Amino acid sequence: MSLLRDVYPVLFRTDIAVQFQYRAAMIIWLIGLVIQPVVYLVVWLTVAKTQGGEVGGFTSADFSAYYITYMVVNHLTFTWVMFEFEYRVRSGAFSPLLLQPLHPIHRDIATNIAYKLLTTVLVLPVTALLIWAFSPRAELQLWALLAFVPSLILAFLLRFFIEWALALAAFWTTRVDAINQVFFAVMLFLAGRMAPLSLMPDWVQTIAYWSPFPWMVAFPVDLLLGKLTWEETVEGLVAQAVWSLLALALLSVVWKRGVKAYSAVGS
Amino acid sequence: MTALAISVEQLSKTYEVPVRAGGLGAALKSLVQRKTREVEAVKGISFAVEPGEVVGFLGPNGAGKTTTLKMLSGLLYPSGGQTRVLGCEPFRRERDFLRQITLVMGNRNQLVWDIPVLDSFERNRAIYRIGRAQYRETIDELTDLLDLGELLDKPVRNLSLGERMKCEVATALLHRPQILFLDEPTIGLDVTMQRRIRTFVAEYNKRYGATVLLTSHYMADVEALCKRVVVIHHGQLLFDGALADLVQRFSPHKTIVVELEKGSPDLSAYGDVVESQEGRVALRVPKAETAQVTGRLLAEQPVLDLTVEDPPIEEVIEQVFAQEVS
Repeated sequence: MSLLRDVYPVLFRTDIAVQFQYRAAMIIWLIGLVIQPVVYLVVWLTVAKTQGGEVGGFTSADFSAYYITYMVVNHLTFTWVMFEFEYRVRSGAFSPLLLQPLHPIHRDIATNIAYKLLTTVLVLPVTALLIWAFSPRAELQLWALLAFVPSLILAFLLRFFIEWALALAAFWTTRVDAINQVFFAVMLFLAGRMAPLSLMPDWVQTIAYWSPFPWMVAFPVDLLLGKLTWEETVEGLVAQAVWSLLALALLSVVWKRGVKAYSAVGS
Repeated sequence: MTALAISVEQLSKTYEVPVRAGGLGAALKSLVQRKTREVEAVKGISFAVEPGEVVGFLGPNGAGKTTTLKMLSGLLYPSGGQTRVLGCEPFRRERDFLRQITLVMGNRNQLVWDIPVLDSFERNRAIYRIGRAQYRETIDELTDLLDLGELLDKPVRNLSLGERMKCEVATALLHRPQILFLDEPTIGLDVTMQRRIRTFVAEYNKRYGATVLLTSHYMADVEALCKRVVVIHHGQLLFDGALADLVQRFSPHKTIVVELEKGSPDLSAYGDVVESQEGRVALRVPKAETAQVTGRLLAEQPVLDLTVEDPPIEEVIEQVFAQEVS
């Protein structure tokens, strides 16, 4: 308990101070964050237009709602640990972390949340601007809004645990980059980034359903936009919880072996 | 009898390193067949350190000093042998153990680059769960001993190397560790700063009765701080004893450097010629004969300048190695 009460607040506070030093970088990240979904959105709007205003049941307003929500959910759930880890291990910056009486994952969680808190202030007006520009339409329901909150937290944890576990590959290889590329490429299709999953061929949807990917972003998005039934929502939350636990188990196994490998070679 | 602070028995460490010749062909071949070679960095060394002792850990580059310090602090796990630090097995990295030790390496850091030093201190206070009262007291003491006053509010990136090192040392000691592993703590620092760190380590040791194991290439560090030295070479223990004995035993010589008006005459009649170039000759002479040889040189040779020096630590250590081989 004292971890949350004594350690996290200090980490937050100092992390926010660090983030303030990178205002320019923050703006650049933000531009990247906005551009990608807007590009997909514009493509789909064009497709919808040439097909008489609708693609597979998605109107222009549906696409707008989907991608704007996607942007926000993606912003709140993404991590960058994979890029960080390779540097840490290769440069030896990992060693001092290992000798502190605190699991390094806590630092990363704190840094991530601090960053999110800060950048959300920037994301909100951008979201408002996009809503004004693309006039999305969605049927918001109170129960869905309420269920959205835990789904968002679980999505964050799921992504965080999986990406942290994959980042640990840095202990064995100096080419974590390749793993990143594969991970993000798969995510492009299975997490619903390239297109809403319901527009994908059936077999892709089936693969996605049994993978952890749709639960990372697409599920909270669909939930918020009122696309899901009550049963589908419960199913989704359970899937998120199960995948998060599996990811956490994977993480702790990989962590133990990774640290062992690291401390065999040293740095 | 008090428990030992550090005990090391038959400690060894073998690394597996990939071997590969240069060139594209070799690179391709290594894709299919990875070859590795075993390197024994530490080969069964044993020593023990009492609580409160300051021990110099000496040896040339690649002798296995850093590897040993890493094993003692818990960063590396040993390939063989027994290690106990404060009764714990370091590589388990138990929290209570980590709270009692610190490892300072010249090129590693805990300070967060972008924020003021004090904020980094605050992070470590939280991470090490240091009580407020003790924290404030420690900061005051460290500020005083290391002269940190004006540095605390500055972002780390605006500090000079020496200032950063002082702050790095302070960060590493905020939790008042009982055991200090210092790997080249004065590397790259100017003489004043070196002296400051040295005085500080001595003071910290006295004040808290902390045990210090220190490596340094600067003999001045070792002379100022360590009554006892442990010398290793090629991963093996060569000497363990008083510093005075080391110098006495392995370097019963002095070096006389003579600057002459012209040429470099043969001075081998006065002692062993270590170095000879135009207008400058260095001689190694038994300690007892130094005065007499100096007198003769001044009387018999066209000497412009003459200095008598103790051999540098590197040379003493070299002697230790030579002793071992023969």
